[in-house]
Amino acid sequence: MKLSCEVNVHHLTRVEGHGNIRISIKNGVVKKAQWEVVETPRFFEAMLVGKHWENAPYICGRICGICSIGHTLASIRAVENAFGITPSAQTTTLRLLLKHMETLQSHILHLYFLAAPDFLGTGSVLPLTKTHPQVVQQALRLKLLANDACDIIGGRRLHPTRTVVGGFTMLPEKAELETIRQRLLSSVSDLLASAELFKTFAIPDFSRETEFVSLKGETNYPFIGGALVSTDGVLKKEHQYRAMTNEYCKTGFTSKLSRLSRPSLAVGALARLNNNFPLLHPAAQEISISLGLEPVNHNPYMGNVAQLVECVHVVLDSVHLIDTLLGTPWQEPRQPVHAKKGEGVGAVEVPRGILYHYYKFDSLGKVIKADCVIPTSQNHANILHDIEALASQYAKAGKKDREIELLAEMLVRAYDPCISCSVH
Amino acid sequence: MSEQLSYLGVPLTRPKVGFFELSSCEGCQLQLLNNEATLLDFLNLVEIVNFREGMSERADTYDIAFVEGSVTRKDEIARLSEIRKNAKILVALGSCACFGGVNQLKNRFRDLEWVKKEVYGDFPIESMEVHPLADFVRVDLEIFGCPIKKEEVERIVTNLVLGKAVHHPEYPVCMECKANENICLFELGEPCLGPITRAGCDAWCTSNRRGCWGCRGPAESANLTQLEEIMRTYGFSSETLLDRLECFGGFASFTETIRSRGKKTPSKRKKP
Ligand code: SF4
Ligand code: SF4
Repeated sequence: MKLSCEVNVHHLTRVEGHGNIRISIKNGVVKKAQWEVVETPRFFEAMLVGKHWENAPYICGRICGICSIGHTLASIRAVENAFGITPSAQTTTLRLLLKHMETLQSHILHLYFLAAPDFLGTGSVLPLTKTHPQVVQQALRLKLLANDACDIIGGRRLHPTRTVVGGFTMLPEKAELETIRQRLLSSVSDLLASAELFKTFAIPDFSRETEFVSLKGETNYPFIGGALVSTDGVLKKEHQYRAMTNEYCKTGFTSKLSRLSRPSLAVGALARLNNNFPLLHPAAQEISISLGLEPVNHNPYMGNVAQLVECVHVVLDSVHLIDTLLGTPWQEPRQPVHAKKGEGVGAVEVPRGILYHYYKFDSLGKVIKADCVIPTSQNHANILHDIEALASQYAKAGKKDREIELLAEMLVRAYDPCISCSVH
Repeated sequence: MSEQLSYLGVPLTRPKVGFFELSSCEGCQLQLLNNEATLLDFLNLVEIVNFREGMSERADTYDIAFVEGSVTRKDEIARLSEIRKNAKILVALGSCACFGGVNQLKNRFRDLEWVKKEVYGDFPIESMEVHPLADFVRVDLEIFGCPIKKEEVERIVTNLVLGKAVHHPEYPVCMECKANENICLFELGEPCLGPITRAGCDAWCTSNRRGCWGCRGPAESANLTQLEEIMRTYGFSSETLLDRLECFGGFASFTETIRSRGKKTPSKRKKP
């Protein structure tokens, strides 16, 4: 039995942003088990002060390259809530479709480019182009489909151009949506093949009881707006997000952290699934069960599986959304905006978990106060506690340092952290 | 995909390439992976030896270093100098690296302590005034855009590999917009910086009916006076113009001109 361990990972790779893992165990006693976020903060909340409302979604989308669509939509929702604007049914449907396509491209990027190399024993996706060409092709096809759809609906796959407060600057051609619909249908086989591949991956056997927080779906699996829920039974309204996130600062972290009923909480695909499993598309539920994922699952590595399940859900739900759009004539793309004094919150489920934007405006529609709470910052404390538990559990089990290091790295990656986002 | 590259029958070596990020959204690097249709060919053109977001392997020497993001903390100056030392060619990737990007919006405030307090309260946090790369190291090539346009990066990288000169368009986005036969956004009631912004994005935003916010910085002979007149004619306030001009940092000298004319306190930021 091996009871000591030293792990020192400086700037973990295959994650977005800069973080370190440090573990030190001597004779069975955990001296240090740390997850540190050292990324440079950018101060978006201050940048907005004094700016006209129009700037908020445009600038805040730049918080993150991977989920710029989610940031833009959360920001737009916060502005609309502050001004009392209710988007049209057409706008709501198109936004959800756009959101689905971002979820798909981000999950695929994570699953194949960032996570799969660990399960297949390589350092990156590059060797897989030789050893598993069909897997790489599948990933590229799925990602291209999602990105093309984002171009068509949002005007750009990253930092969208068409999404504005009140609706869209212009609408896609119906023929373009029809093409996306066809491609979505034929992508299902790629997703089924991915599920088969995932069945061959050895998901580490580790779990630690966790409080999972997400939006609460009423009739649909939730992505944009609604009530907030936790597996420990906390229920809040969208505008009460501060009571759900309780942000605080900690030495060694340039990002803030969150807690709720316990010292830490988790958000993300696994949290969404744990809280809303019955609302998943039936085919997605079936795949989830076949991969051994049923609520409430407390194994953080299952975050990878939850992402795959969500890919199936968003693809099938998108077909349904496109059918709705194709069945109705296009209405006006955007409604007029009248700025007024007020405050608003926008909560959106981005790929890595629940995201909140809050703004307060003066009577001219200028930002007086801004607040953004990012999913990765809500996950940081949970990652920290997981690493502690994992380190002592695996050191006791006698695993080698290199094994523990890899498992710790994989654990952080399973949260799909977006670190630059968390220090916006 | 073949291992050996050649151009007009002449064998070429694949340059060793590293990607690095300072303060940024990592969107510019992501754009490279977002290029699914040509990604594998693109990857074959170069040998990627450092790409923290995509791979675990790392190396300390590279022919070309692409650096994304702006400098906002002291340790980034040291990292940047190290990268400069190791690289033959250093490329500033995206508007954060070229002009400070959206990050430099915090430089609007004279009091950095207020900025820190606004976000972190009393928790001590390190940060400095935002700078583009060229304020600290020699930059060999700039690739503009927020985000960068992937087609443009591929063209530029291909030219670098082939040893061909890289040229940026001198004309403004407005020309590309006209070439795309769009209705002028001013006619649709949208303010736009297309007339003074450097082209190369193929009028990315304006073709989607979104006014240009000037992410690529000024065109060679940008005429600010003319743009101010257009904005006035269409009834837009100088504040709307300023919001757009100062968004990405490329127009720092322009905003200074406008501000120093007004009664407001002049911005302390000088164009490097
Ligand atoms: S230039 Fe824009 S897209 Fe590129 S890193 Fe900076 S904020 Fe992100
Ligand atoms: S249209 Fe303007 S803001 Fe948009 S990408 Fe081109 S230069 Fe940048």
